[in-house]
Amino acid sequence: MTPIIKVQDLGKRYQIGAREEAYETLREAIVGVVRSPLQRFARNRSAADVLWALRDVSFEVEPGEVVGIIGRNGAGKSTLLKILSRITKPTSGGVDLYGRVGSLLEVGTGFHPELTGRENIYLNGAILGMPRAEIRRKFDEIVEFAEIDKFLDTPVKRYSSGMYVRLAFAVAAHLEPEILIVDEVLAVGDASFQKKCLGKMGQVAKQGRTVLFVSHNMPAVKSLCGRAILLSAGRISQDGSVNEVVNSYLTADSDEIARTGIIPDDAPRLYGTDEAKLRSVHLTDLDGNDVSQLYLGQPCRLVMNFEVFKELLDACIEVGIIAMDGTHVTNSNSIDDGQLPLHLTSGPQTITLEMEPGLLPRQYTFLIGLHHSSGLTIEWIERALDFTVLRVAETGTDSYRWPAVRGYVRPAARWFGPDSFGSTDLRSAVGGVPEDLAVGGYK
Amino acid sequence: MLSNLVPDLPAEPLIRIRPGRSWLAVDIRDLWSYRELLYFLTWRDLKVRYKQTSLGVTWAIIQPLFTMLIFTIFFGRLAKVPSDGVPYPIFVFAGVLLWTFFSNAVTTSANSLVSNSNLLTKVYFPRLLVPAAAVVAGLVDLLVAFAVLVGLMIYYKVAVTWTILLLPLPILLTTVLALATGTWLAALNVKYRDIRFAVPFVIQLWMFVSPIIYPTDFVPQKWRWLLALNPLTGTIEGFRTALFGHRPFNLSLITISALITFGLLLYATYVFWRMEETFADII
Repeated sequence: MTPIIKVQDLGKRYQIGAREEAYETLREAIVGVVRSPLQRFARNRSAADVLWALRDVSFEVEPGEVVGIIGRNGAGKSTLLKILSRITKPTSGGVDLYGRVGSLLEVGTGFHPELTGRENIYLNGAILGMPRAEIRRKFDEIVEFAEIDKFLDTPVKRYSSGMYVRLAFAVAAHLEPEILIVDEVLAVGDASFQKKCLGKMGQVAKQGRTVLFVSHNMPAVKSLCGRAILLSAGRISQDGSVNEVVNSYLTADSDEIARTGIIPDDAPRLYGTDEAKLRSVHLTDLDGNDVSQLYLGQPCRLVMNFEVFKELLDACIEVGIIAMDGTHVTNSNSIDDGQLPLHLTSGPQTITLEMEPGLLPRQYTFLIGLHHSSGLTIEWIERALDFTVLRVAETGTDSYRWPAVRGYVRPAARWFGPDSFGSTDLRSAVGGVPEDLAVGGYK
Repeated sequence: MLSNLVPDLPAEPLIRIRPGRSWLAVDIRDLWSYRELLYFLTWRDLKVRYKQTSLGVTWAIIQPLFTMLIFTIFFGRLAKVPSDGVPYPIFVFAGVLLWTFFSNAVTTSANSLVSNSNLLTKVYFPRLLVPAAAVVAGLVDLLVAFAVLVGLMIYYKVAVTWTILLLPLPILLTTVLALATGTWLAALNVKYRDIRFAVPFVIQLWMFVSPIIYPTDFVPQKWRWLLALNPLTGTIEGFRTALFGHRPFNLSLITISALITFGLLLYATYVFWRMEETFADII
């Protein structure tokens, strides 16, 4: 099949050095023109002044494909969309589009707060490239989708933010170009409307139209797209089936996070609403010192710093411990044992969990989830902080002696038998656990 | 199953995106296909302009009317500025009418790109439409205020002659001049925000070197060529002649104005076209 979008060796360079910025005022431009013959000799444009937001990007999209564009902030996703929607020009390479393009880089582009809902539908439609006749034909459908019929003749500046977003998405969703470019519009609105938007986009795709979808919302990408392109530092680092690309994006990124326990805003998340985010996690001993390793049997504290954006009345926090082989070893929840849900006010919130994990020596990671007690997930970091359990106990009176570790948890246990002991006193030999067995050596 | 839903693709790409500037011809075709947007942007500018004002569109009349009153008192009565045999109030009102349109259109279009930066960075359309819509919206105000002129002419019993048929010409020239000046300044304003400060001040000076409160004859003969270089001179002069038929048309003056006006339009669109591709990056 012939492609509908052909992108070849696309590159976009931005000047980030002082040279261009210095031309902000007319006076400097005039001075600059006078001086520039000298400057051209005096100073070569150094490589550091130049940022390639996109470089050597080539791909083709076939009609009817729904492609997710994913990557960290600054990876070049927005630049790519801006070039495809002709807002900015590339520095090198080119794009051929075999269809009309409708782009939706922001919900409510061109909405005017003073105009009424009805007026904004027409204005916004025209700005997005809908002919007047088409808007008129779809008017009722748009109003119905947005659920704003009572406020149709109210200026949108009096709308709630939810109504505003619903109306804006409704107009855009009724665009009928062959190629639809969508950037992160689903990050707004309440959960039920997000679901509706996703449904609408799925419908668009089923009509045989081509969709490029940029998002940090991995479940949305997974459910909408068949294919995904992963951008990193302006280049395509992976292009393939959506599951494959999303999974490798999630794992590649989590190494750094799990080492430091600092969770960036745009860390890939598989679930969540935008009501709160986990910012950082520390593991400490009972004296409050940061540790990344625990002695065998050592109690510890997990300190979680959240930022709450919207007051939560019924939150519960879940901490899971997962071994590196993927086994979910154990789980603790703040509402275990009949404890009440937490009330978290907006702003930074620190939650501490103290526990005796009773783990056998291995490498593990903490999974941290924040939920409404109804079960709706607010925040979910599958690999928040890695840690290691050592083969020796803090007191030195205990150790794990065998090269192979079987199982994950050592239960609190008591043994009974004859009151006679063998001839070797292991306790005196504890200090002599071979170095290579102290940490490594288990599988 | 999907393939029968997929539209047939054209053999040639509909849109080619390449570095550098597009062909001017391509841009003109593009401009035509977006003509409906010009209507909507104009309509928006008009709607928004008088929202939440109690006098509404009456402002389009108040502005030139009061300027006319003040000018009549100070220049017509006190300074005894001549008015070509036409009653001074309607003489000056005709000038003020055209001038109010011109100055408002230039000021709003010069700021139009910057004040619509959210559009420029989020959606594609021919950028020329933004300053153009600001000018067209001003034209509507001109039509409203024109009713007052008609009233004044009836009051002063000014007879209308065949020359009235030529009235659209000076209005067209003023519109084109406003469009040229406005788009040129709008493009520069994206890069150099100095424009925002310069415009009100330059506009103010421009009024005094245009024959608005005085007739062209008021200026000594040896300086008249200098006045003629101001493209508004022939235009305003022609506007009054068409309205009042009080004197023969000064054809050479109008021709100079027309040539300069269209020359400026070419220059302005060239500058605009050259700078357009960087708007989204530097705004």
